Amino acid sequence: MALRQCAIYGKGGIGKSTTTQNLVAALAESGKKVMIVGCDPKADSTRLILHSKAQNSVMELAAEAGSVEDLELEDVLSVGYGGIKCVESGGPEPGVGCAGRGVITAINFLEEEGAYDDELDFVFYDVLGDVVCGGFAMPIRENKAQEIYIVCSGEMMAMYAANNIAKGIVKYANSGSVRLAGLICNSRQTDREDELIIALAQKMGTQMIHFIPRANSVQHAEIRRMTVIEYDPTNPQADEYRQLASKIVNNKNFVIPTPITMDELEELLMEFGIMEVEDESIIGKKAAELAA
Amino acid sequence: MQKVDDIKPCYPLFRQDEYKESLGNKQDQFEERHGKDVVQDTFTWTTTAEYRDLNFKREALTVNPAKACQPLGAVLCALGFEKTLPYVHGSQGCVAYFRTYFNRHFREPVACVSDSMTEDAAVFGGQKNMIDGLENAKALYKPDMIAVSTTCMAEVIGDDLNAFILNTKKAGNIPDDFPTPYAHTPSFVGSHVTGWDNMFEGVMRYFTLNTMEGKAPGQNGKINIVPGFETYLGNYRVIHRMLDEMGVAHTMLSDPAEVLDTPADGKFRMYAGGTTQDEVKDAPNAHNTFLLQPMQLEKTKKLVEGTWNHEVPKLNIPMGLEWTDEWLMKVAEVTGKPIPASLVLERGRLVDMITDSHTWLHGKKFGLYGDPDFVMGMAKFLTELGAEPTHILCNNGSKKWNKAMRAVMDETPYGRDAKLYPGADLWHFRSLMFTEKPDFMIGNSYGKFIQRDTLHKGKEFEVPLIRIGFPIFDRHHLHRATTLGYEGAMQVLTTLVNSVLERLDEETRGMGTTDYNHDLVR
Repeated sequence: MALRQCAIYGKGGIGKSTTTQNLVAALAESGKKVMIVGCDPKADSTRLILHSKAQNSVMELAAEAGSVEDLELEDVLSVGYGGIKCVESGGPEPGVGCAGRGVITAINFLEEEGAYDDELDFVFYDVLGDVVCGGFAMPIRENKAQEIYIVCSGEMMAMYAANNIAKGIVKYANSGSVRLAGLICNSRQTDREDELIIALAQKMGTQMIHFIPRANSVQHAEIRRMTVIEYDPTNPQADEYRQLASKIVNNKNFVIPTPITMDELEELLMEFGIMEVEDESIIGKKAAELAA
Repeated sequence: MQKVDDIKPCYPLFRQDEYKESLGNKQDQFEERHGKDVVQDTFTWTTTAEYRDLNFKREALTVNPAKACQPLGAVLCALGFEKTLPYVHGSQGCVAYFRTYFNRHFREPVACVSDSMTEDAAVFGGQKNMIDGLENAKALYKPDMIAVSTTCMAEVIGDDLNAFILNTKKAGNIPDDFPTPYAHTPSFVGSHVTGWDNMFEGVMRYFTLNTMEGKAPGQNGKINIVPGFETYLGNYRVIHRMLDEMGVAHTMLSDPAEVLDTPADGKFRMYAGGTTQDEVKDAPNAHNTFLLQPMQLEKTKKLVEGTWNHEVPKLNIPMGLEWTDEWLMKVAEVTGKPIPASLVLERGRLVDMITDSHTWLHGKKFGLYGDPDFVMGMAKFLTELGAEPTHILCNNGSKKWNKAMRAVMDETPYGRDAKLYPGADLWHFRSLMFTEKPDFMIGNSYGKFIQRDTLHKGKEFEVPLIRIGFPIFDRHHLHRATTLGYEGAMQVLTTLVNSVLERLDEETRGMGTTDYNHDLVR
């Protein structure tokens, strides 16, 4: 089977890295050859696979060696659970430098060094928060990831972020072959969460590919720096990730998204009772005026 | 003071007393400089072995790099294609620099545009600049192809050339079928030779990657020549001549020898000569592809082997006797065309010249610096002449270069003592010229400051510069010379031996002291 490259985006803190690693572990368990490329200066995209605090990143090692040209592939690539290949692009401390460039440098390095070999079935890019600059769009440039999954939940800001990411994807989809492949709902146990995300997905022209219920077992595994798949393969939550994995393997629903306007999003939230209907008559009125 | 009917240039004008006094006052009253003793002591300290050792411990600073940046190479590559406008996506100042760099070296106008990204483009991305820029450049300068590369600014913010160019076409600002090959050329990675390689790969990719159907090696009966970052125009010409004499049909892929050497006949040529698009499209059909500077054409090699299915011959740069022999024999082997008598004769003349001059060159020590393949070929040729390359510095040389260069030097007693300095700069080189003085140094114009410094220490410490390399800003027309093939070897040999003799004359001109050796016949 041909190599499939997928990028995972989503609001910060939504659980992209945890979801990606559990998903990838499920794929590896089913015999797929997978590589994870962490595109986040925090470098926490591979810790559950490698059982490590944080993998030595490409940028960290390049800074040490003098330049990225002095690195070899084996310096930056570690193999963890299920033969999963792990790379972290890495980047600067908060507040300095340019993390986006780190992503570009790391992916260029991997391409030049032949990390994308013929044996791989999947590459997953776990990308930081929103697509804040061109560097974080590197994984979806031509000849890289063609499928994008957005992790979200039924919270307003997560949906807002998902919609924004879709706007970014449209720019690239129009000139290239990158497509939105679905929303992954990582449950926060809000009301009617699944229905809400299905409705949002529909409006955006895509699908909710899977609803991952909230489960403490994920945290239990995580404090042991493991995925649920590895820590407790019989746990029902592990099956959720297996289902997600098999849906992704069989996914054919790739679209140019149709992001919605802020008004449409607010309407949707009101429909599901997450946001109350605004009373425009009170806007800009002082307490004294309202009392009068 | 300057007189209207006797205008003098700054030298010797500023040597007149009134200027000396004026400049002296300025220094004494306003410059707050250290005393002459301190300056001299510091200078002397920088010439010591102690300073050299400190200098080589430098970690975070480059002083006087012996390399330029990627887009400079991309521009030279683009100039080698017919009616092609090099277009640099990024800030304007960078492109002004590329143009002046080439203007000063080639003494020719160099057509090259920028889309002039400014602060707003840095924030919002440069797509709008690209859309307007491509449309304007095409309308104003009427090229048949625009070759896009990038500066640091566009690279740091992560601009995606492929998407931007496609969006420009989609918006209808330039036609879909207008050729726009591109290459990402971040200035902070590699050097000008990397940029050449990237741009070349971009052009080849654009015209051949998706149109390989029906193409196969050997179909057009030609061979391809890829020059790499080559600034000696004679080198393009000598390769054409040798192959023509052999009767070998060939395509020089990127040939700027016309556009960088246009005549003054009253007609301005923005474009002249160059490899045609049809030739590029046909390139995969050649027997094989010869890379003249293999150390710097890694990406090109990958494409040529991977996409065109050519087995790129393992050869060195055709400089000097042996490597030109090997190169010609390989061409003969690939094409089945024998080496003609004219080239055998030319080779014989070179060998004759080498024997004529060997007494003067034998054992002479040379320090040299420059691009990876150039220094390798130069050092190899020096050993063939019986001269000794003692210090070989390659600012843009890799570990791989170091290994290959070492192997070449270890083959001969003349090279065994050669020390190699990949990644080092001209301030390192300056230290070496003081502490381990060779007889001459070979390099670009920037070496003249090292010569001045060594002379300042004393005449006996002076290391004269022989100008072979890029850029050469302070001598005229050397860019038209040849360094490759037998012809190139002849020219280089002539330059070297006459530099040695010139220097000897200079040293033996002392009336009644050294002039017993001021010989008419050398």
